[in-house]
Amino acid sequence: MSTKTSKLPPISTLGPLIALVLAVIFFATQSDRFLSVQNFSLILQQVMVVGTIAIGQTLIILTAGIDLSCGMVMALGGIVMTKLAVGSGMNAYLAIACGLLACMAFGLVNGLLVTRIKLPPFIVTLGTMNIAFAITQLYSGAQTITDLPPAMTFFGNTVAFGSAAFNYGTVFMIVLYAVMWWGLRDTQPGRHVYAVGNNPEATRLTGIATDRVLLGVYVLAGAFYGLAALLSVARTGVGDPNAGQTENLDAITAVVLGGTSLFGGRGIILGSLLGAVIVGVFRNGLTLMGVSSVYQVLITGVLVILAVTTDQLSRKGAR
Amino acid sequence: MSSHTLVMEARGLVKRYGQVTALDGADFELRAGEILAVIGDNGAGKSSLIKALSGATIPDEGEIKLDGKVIRFKSPADARREGIETVYQDLAVAPAMSISENLFLGREIIKSGFIAKLLRIIDKKQMLEQSVARMNDLKVGIRSMTQAVETLSGGQRQCVAVSRAAAFAQHVVILDEPTAALGVKEGNMVLELIRRVRDKGLPVILISHNMPHVFEIADRIHIARLGKRACIVNPKTISMSETVAVMTGAKRADELRAECLA
Amino acid sequence: MTRTQFTSRLALSALTLAALSGAAVAADAPVIGLITKTDTNPFFVKMKEGAQAAATAKGAKLLSAAGKADGDNAGQVTAIENMIAGGAKTIMITPNDSKAIVPAIKKAQAQGVMFIALDSPTDPMEATDALFATNNYTAGELIGKYAKAAMAGKPAKIATLDLFPGHPVGAQRHNGFMSGFGLKASDAKSNELSKSAEIVCMADSFGDQAKGQTAMENCLQKNPDINLVYTINEPAAAGAYQALKAAGKEKGVVIVSVDGGCAGIKNVKAGVIAATSQQYPLKMASMGVEAGVEYAKGGKKAKGYTDTGVTLITDKPMAGVDSKDTKVGTDLCWGNK
Repeated sequence: MSTKTSKLPPISTLGPLIALVLAVIFFATQSDRFLSVQNFSLILQQVMVVGTIAIGQTLIILTAGIDLSCGMVMALGGIVMTKLAVGSGMNAYLAIACGLLACMAFGLVNGLLVTRIKLPPFIVTLGTMNIAFAITQLYSGAQTITDLPPAMTFFGNTVAFGSAAFNYGTVFMIVLYAVMWWGLRDTQPGRHVYAVGNNPEATRLTGIATDRVLLGVYVLAGAFYGLAALLSVARTGVGDPNAGQTENLDAITAVVLGGTSLFGGRGIILGSLLGAVIVGVFRNGLTLMGVSSVYQVLITGVLVILAVTTDQLSRKGAR
Repeated sequence: MSSHTLVMEARGLVKRYGQVTALDGADFELRAGEILAVIGDNGAGKSSLIKALSGATIPDEGEIKLDGKVIRFKSPADARREGIETVYQDLAVAPAMSISENLFLGREIIKSGFIAKLLRIIDKKQMLEQSVARMNDLKVGIRSMTQAVETLSGGQRQCVAVSRAAAFAQHVVILDEPTAALGVKEGNMVLELIRRVRDKGLPVILISHNMPHVFEIADRIHIARLGKRACIVNPKTISMSETVAVMTGAKRADELRAECLA
Repeated sequence: MTRTQFTSRLALSALTLAALSGAAVAADAPVIGLITKTDTNPFFVKMKEGAQAAATAKGAKLLSAAGKADGDNAGQVTAIENMIAGGAKTIMITPNDSKAIVPAIKKAQAQGVMFIALDSPTDPMEATDALFATNNYTAGELIGKYAKAAMAGKPAKIATLDLFPGHPVGAQRHNGFMSGFGLKASDAKSNELSKSAEIVCMADSFGDQAKGQTAMENCLQKNPDINLVYTINEPAAAGAYQALKAAGKEKGVVIVSVDGGCAGIKNVKAGVIAATSQQYPLKMASMGVEAGVEYAKGGKKAKGYTDTGVTLITDKPMAGVDSKDTKVGTDLCWGNK
């Protein structure tokens, strides 16, 4: 017997799924190079960084919060790990761990400001976004860091599967999604995240340590930004202080497109992967068609409005 | 008829908020197996009284006893641990989550086994079975425990909240305005449920403005006035208008006939 | 690294910057302002450093500011007002919006301030007293000519990794490349990217390495036979190379670029970029400072357009195309060597 409220994913995620299928069909008719395993593996590779950031962002949005600093914190993590490894000669794995810790430290700061000082997440992360950016620029001297040790570029390597090449990083991202999907569905801490987002007062009254749940969410999100940093570094082969600037809003877009409600407590995490893939599909498809990137931006905007509207309307129906 | 064992009692409770004295030496007693309604005008101190009993506030002076033992609650969690469950006016449910999840909110059943305990994996099957069992026990007529709470009517939601309290309470169930904002049919459904809770042996403290409901369901009525307890009356012998008169101060407690007191 | 170490590094950097800008200057030292488009693009970071070095050498005081992002005009207008209040008599500026900044410049000029545009002109060009810039169109033409020679008559399947639609620098370099290659393209005044049959894919890289990589991957997907890649700048070129390498195609494809930063020259040396047009932001800045000092001392204003030059840097020279090797390129490059 399952406690899922319905066999299908909620309408807010079903809608984007249908949009994705329609988009795939459309692009397949426009270019004969679109519909192939190799092209899809390419798209997954292109969205793996945003996709991983979106895992952390989903957790935060599920608690009715938002994190505007995600991309900048990721960039900081990338610079920390590459500069330590290349500039200070630190052991690669240790450097990666330091990068992760730096990101989690920012998550901790965000979480403390939200839970202890009771500041709205929007404001807090607006501030930490700028701070993370500045620290990254100063620490890196605005220079990209090259000649990375092989341990850091590992996730950029590919393994061949028939005619297609699959990226280790993509596989890693999918594993992360699977683990988080299970965790949010079947573990007590996971269900508490939903409860806190759905009705924070109720969870407090039932004795759940709401503040601890929130703090945990922000720190865990930081960890995912750190993992995204590793994937970003592996994909591009450099530590780039200007990385992550568009990923900030792209991650939020992916979460919203995937059907997670900005009001908290509703949404499935696999939706965020869907959201990230939709954006990647449009970018890839439009380039194959030779259409300007401006249209990609336009379409993304339209999709976001559609996604949020569908969510609102479906909730009104459920009363 | 009843043995008059006091499950809960309080003497001389005082609570001040700055210049305002909400509780001015209030007394309280709750007998085993009864439904005690607490009524009073606004500012009479009934919500402060309930907050003190449920651990939501700490009184400045006075003593509270549970089953004869003096207790000092520092938080609602303390009260809960002592077996006192409170249903607040806003119900404290997560609307998007299922009935089963809401019944066990904060007290989810964890699967056995080392890994399960470490990762705190929820035993959804157990939770569902127990939800069904408890709701059947209380004769609540909701068919599916997996539907989201927000799909329920107001009365059904109230039943879920009350059932949750009844399921986990060991000593006392406190209900704050359970039939407010409910229609006639739904209100009666909730009253029926409250009776069944009492019949299972759990005493119920009920705060309400709804006089007809109070008179229909309460065994005794505690009238709060000016931060104190004016008196406890017997709904079977006193009239509604007299009760309201004491509540508003038009009549004093010592002006009542002897058989009205309880 | 812990956050405490971060904070101390941050504090140290802030102190260093403060020390640099507050370097020992005489009380009546000429005050010169520099307003760049942003202060995160390494090009402008280096421009600022060059200006500071020249100012220190000449005993002038440098005030610096920047827009918040590419295209931020309002931020630059505010900077002009602040610098005049700070006593600047000469202001050097890389305008974010060549038209919109003109009224603010005219207002300042009426108060006796001399304006020098750096790197890109205002519209009209005469709105500033002088322009020290590099010709982005010429920079494109150089690598276009080089590419033509490097292709040695093979039919070209070209991918262009551009900046983003509508940006003048992106258009000039792109169209210059096409013109140098021998394809029909708009002239230097246009902001539109010209097309041609030989260009099988045009994608936007935003001058960013990761986006350049994605753009190249998608272009390769569209046309796996691409054999020549024009890139708007060296980070985009590095991204293009990553994509080509992942597809196993890096040996057969020629990549050309513009900028001449030290990181980019290293990539030319490494064979990642075949040739790059090197520009000189430090020279623009130091020339601007010199002009400012002269104006402050003798009242003589700088005038007209001075081309600060562009050099083709490659280790694989082609006949008929003037170039210098990476040793020269490294000596002249801007950035951390």
